[in-house]
Amino acid sequence: MFQSPLRNPLIKGQKTYRDVTTQILDPLLSKPGKFWYMGITLSGGAMLFGLFMIFWTIWQGIGTWGENRTVGWAVEITTFVWWIGIGHAGTFISAILLLFRQRWRNSINRSAEAMTLIAVMCAALFPLIHLGRPLLTFFIFPYPNTRQLWVNFNSPLVWDVFAISTYFTVSLIFWYVGLIPDIATLRDKLTKGIKKSIYSFLSFSWTGSARDWHRHEITSIMLAAIATPLVLSVHSIVSMDFATSILPGWHTTIFPPYFVAGAIFSGFAMVLTLLIVARKAMNLEDFITVDHVENMNKILIATGSIVGLAYMTELFMAWYSGVQYEHFALMNRVKGPYAWAYWIMMICNIGSAQLLWIKKIRTSLLATFILSITVNIGMWFERFVIIVTSLHRDFLPSSWTMYKPTIVEYGLVIGTISIFFTMFLLFIRIFPVISISEEKSILKIERACAGRKHDNHE
Amino acid sequence: MPAANTTTMNDKKYITLCFNDEGPMLQAIRKLLESKEIILDVQTPFPVHGLDKLLSIKRSRIPVGGFFLGILGAVSAFGFMTWVFTVSYPLIIGGKPFFAAPSFIPITFEVTVLFAGVSMGAAMLIRSKLKPDIDFEPVDERITDNMFVVLVDKNGGNTDIEKLSEVLAGIKIMEIR
Repeated sequence: MFQSPLRNPLIKGQKTYRDVTTQILDPLLSKPGKFWYMGITLSGGAMLFGLFMIFWTIWQGIGTWGENRTVGWAVEITTFVWWIGIGHAGTFISAILLLFRQRWRNSINRSAEAMTLIAVMCAALFPLIHLGRPLLTFFIFPYPNTRQLWVNFNSPLVWDVFAISTYFTVSLIFWYVGLIPDIATLRDKLTKGIKKSIYSFLSFSWTGSARDWHRHEITSIMLAAIATPLVLSVHSIVSMDFATSILPGWHTTIFPPYFVAGAIFSGFAMVLTLLIVARKAMNLEDFITVDHVENMNKILIATGSIVGLAYMTELFMAWYSGVQYEHFALMNRVKGPYAWAYWIMMICNIGSAQLLWIKKIRTSLLATFILSITVNIGMWFERFVIIVTSLHRDFLPSSWTMYKPTIVEYGLVIGTISIFFTMFLLFIRIFPVISISEEKSILKIERACAGRKHDNHE
Repeated sequence: MPAANTTTMNDKKYITLCFNDEGPMLQAIRKLLESKEIILDVQTPFPVHGLDKLLSIKRSRIPVGGFFLGILGAVSAFGFMTWVFTVSYPLIIGGKPFFAAPSFIPITFEVTVLFAGVSMGAAMLIRSKLKPDIDFEPVDERITDNMFVVLVDKNGGNTDIEKLSEVLAGIKIMEIR
């Protein structure tokens, strides 16, 4: 008879409840190590450079960028879509995997959710400065005004505003609801001082009462239920910024699912990049095990393959449609002046995901770390290819031109990456990176699992 | 073996029973309910399954509230956009009809989720009376760590520590006070 092999425990070692609390809170209650200081200095320095470039853009205007009349969207919108995509893994892990009762999510959901919030903030920066006059951003919100004019609700750009602000708000609520019991743990561990007062304030006087837990659980599961379609809708709507236009290379119905898969693909890659370092630096290897990494890698294979299939489908449809504009746009990607970007995208996204079929690579932390970075480079180039190659050779050959980013634009990309890392480094010093109460709720099962595994071995 | 470590008297209206795991706590709750004691509250470091049923906590109606608020969000978003494009400022955009229902769907959906999400989050805080408090004092600092606490009403002096120790004989209790 077939017997399925016992899976490895999700929490290593025979831990007690106290051990879980202590080990997760330890990095917060002790002084940061020298790597943390090195990290924050480096990313903080780069962040200052980025902030200066944002200031320079606003001060001088968007003429400091490489955009021209033909290529009106480029690196900024590329990076905007990239960040929004990265954010998606957090909600996927916390909402969709909760509904599927995937217990391994318990040790990664907190940091992935935080990553979502930070990534969405980084993303939101771009449309803001892209306006040229950020002070007029409020024009996008439908409020009664003296011009007696409303925003155009038929436009995907307006949908985007609603989608992203809803996404941010609901993710924030979801994240904070989960954090409340853990902040209470932190509050009770501190004896006195300003820190205790702050955490007392933030813990909303949580007692751990059975009724409160009951409501907490129901609210979490319901928020997961509504966040699930939400996460799928957000990147679908972002993709409609392109798909509802009539530009060859953008005007395709495949975009929403293709963008959502790509978003989860790059998001998981970013979670891996962060957690492979964090588990080591923060001594959390017992909670974020190699099995966690392998599970995430399996999701990379699935989503990466969907993305690969979408690339092939795009090429096939360009040929099969018989539309010469579509055909030209796609061939221009493959062998036009931006072919290098197209091939970086193809190699990084299809290649790295397919390598993960090999178990040795999938379970190797170093290989995963390198591949996760490769994936995100590839995913950045995917958006660059979609935006720039479609725009730079449009219907009118006399307006064909090339686009080259300026130093200011490089500064903005590096700037948001460093804002992201700086905020993540601050987050791991302020809040527990792993959900303590959720880890405790699966502790018994995992302990039993580890015991059985041990017995079988002997 | 009743392990009553701390038996100092206090002027609180309840007796605190502390356990170091969920198993003995659930056993104790069953015994307490059998002997008709009044359980004021049970505080645990994580949600203990089966506790809801044992304490006959009614299923929260937060999802119902979220559902109706979601519907309110959907109706107000769709209604507002319809009003804007048919009454307030009809504008021809790309030759589409004024009432272009399909293109109202994304925003309707987002506002639905926003209303439902925010209302459920707020409902949880309000129903559980969770509010920021700088000087909050928990019943015991260890509840959020590794302690499971049952608060039993003294019932006007009818219930005291000795009586409880008798009722719970044989259950592993860490502290009783």
